[in-house]
Amino acid sequence: MGTFIAIVLAAVLTNNFITAKTYGICPFLGVSKKTSSAAGMGIAVTLVMVLATLVTYPIYMYVMVPLKIEFLEIIFFIFIIASLVQMLEKIIQKVSPTLYGAMGIYLPLITTNCAVLGVTELVIGDMSAIIGTASMNIGWAVLYALFAGLGFTLVMIIMSGMREKLNYYKTPKALAGFPIAMVTACFICMAFMVFTYIV
Amino acid sequence: MNKYKKITLDGLIFQNPTFMLVLGTCPTLGLINSAFSSMGMGLTVLVILTLSNVLISLLRKVIPNEVRIPCYIVIIATLVTFARMFLEKFLPDLYDSLGGFLALIVVNCIILGRAEAFANKHNVAEAAVDGISQGLGFTLALTVMGIICEFFGKGSLFGYAIMDFKIAMLATPAGAFLVYGISIAVFVYVVDGVQRMLRVKANKLARENMLKEAA
Repeated sequence: MGTFIAIVLAAVLTNNFITAKTYGICPFLGVSKKTSSAAGMGIAVTLVMVLATLVTYPIYMYVMVPLKIEFLEIIFFIFIIASLVQMLEKIIQKVSPTLYGAMGIYLPLITTNCAVLGVTELVIGDMSAIIGTASMNIGWAVLYALFAGLGFTLVMIIMSGMREKLNYYKTPKALAGFPIAMVTACFICMAFMVFTYIV
Repeated sequence: MNKYKKITLDGLIFQNPTFMLVLGTCPTLGLINSAFSSMGMGLTVLVILTLSNVLISLLRKVIPNEVRIPCYIVIIATLVTFARMFLEKFLPDLYDSLGGFLALIVVNCIILGRAEAFANKHNVAEAAVDGISQGLGFTLALTVMGIICEFFGKGSLFGYAIMDFKIAMLATPAGAFLVYGISIAVFVYVVDGVQRMLRVKANKLARENMLKEAA
């Protein structure tokens, strides 16, 4: 139970992918102009993160480590993620066209998203800072991926809400677009930094 | 020769990957809290970008158009794997300071972006010059922001302590966002200003020439 709470708190608040690790910044800045699209992107990223961890973690632990081919992890992982995204796109298109309409356009973008490759690399590395002495297994890995994705979605939605409000104000010409979005992100990061002092 | 000059200027200023195109933001924001790691990241990307541009340009007639993206990703992932082994063996300090971002070079938009937008349409020499200048633009931008963040955030430069005064916020991701955002604004403002000045000057010269001819 302690490990469960530690993983949830770390993944969502203290080690949030955007505000603490700065993974997945491209969709964070690119798709955060409207709340609806930010939420869609966040859910799509979460789904791919969970599925990618579910596939790459056993492959790494039970195939690559016994065969001593750990050095190929980058090539293996990026290929698994790319084919997973393609497959998911086709399945969603067939099963639920409405969901595809809401989420489908974000899926191809996710292949080159640091958050997905980042989480699969993190869970095979040293996680002792988060889970303490408990031994790492696929359950914790998938849980971490799920809550990291939810933390990512949370920050995406906060950011898109702030950017929607920003549209009502006049910004200096040089600051318009990316610069003002980054200054906004700076304030979100500062708010999230507070959580590191609590835990 | 003029063509190469244009490619170089594009990479360094007019299409600077960090300030103008805003690509490869994750390693930028994650590493500019230290000048050493941001410069190391810039140089690693420079080498990988140049090699991938050259390889993709060489293979551009061989790779079928339909499967080009998976092919580019395999080329880039292989180069990153080599870079990772090299750094782990010969530059362990840099390897430690780059951390997870070293593997994430694979999904760095700059490299795939240049492959897609430039290397698959141009010859080897042009692709190499483009890789070097884009990589240099990235390295310079990262190093400058790294120096700013480290100097004011930690009171040191490249790891050597300089002063006691420090604003610790600037060495965190929050400070990285702030410095990056303001750097983009300043860069765009200066480049726009210089371009406008040059245009005014050229217009004035053209008008004087016209008047001279009329007279």
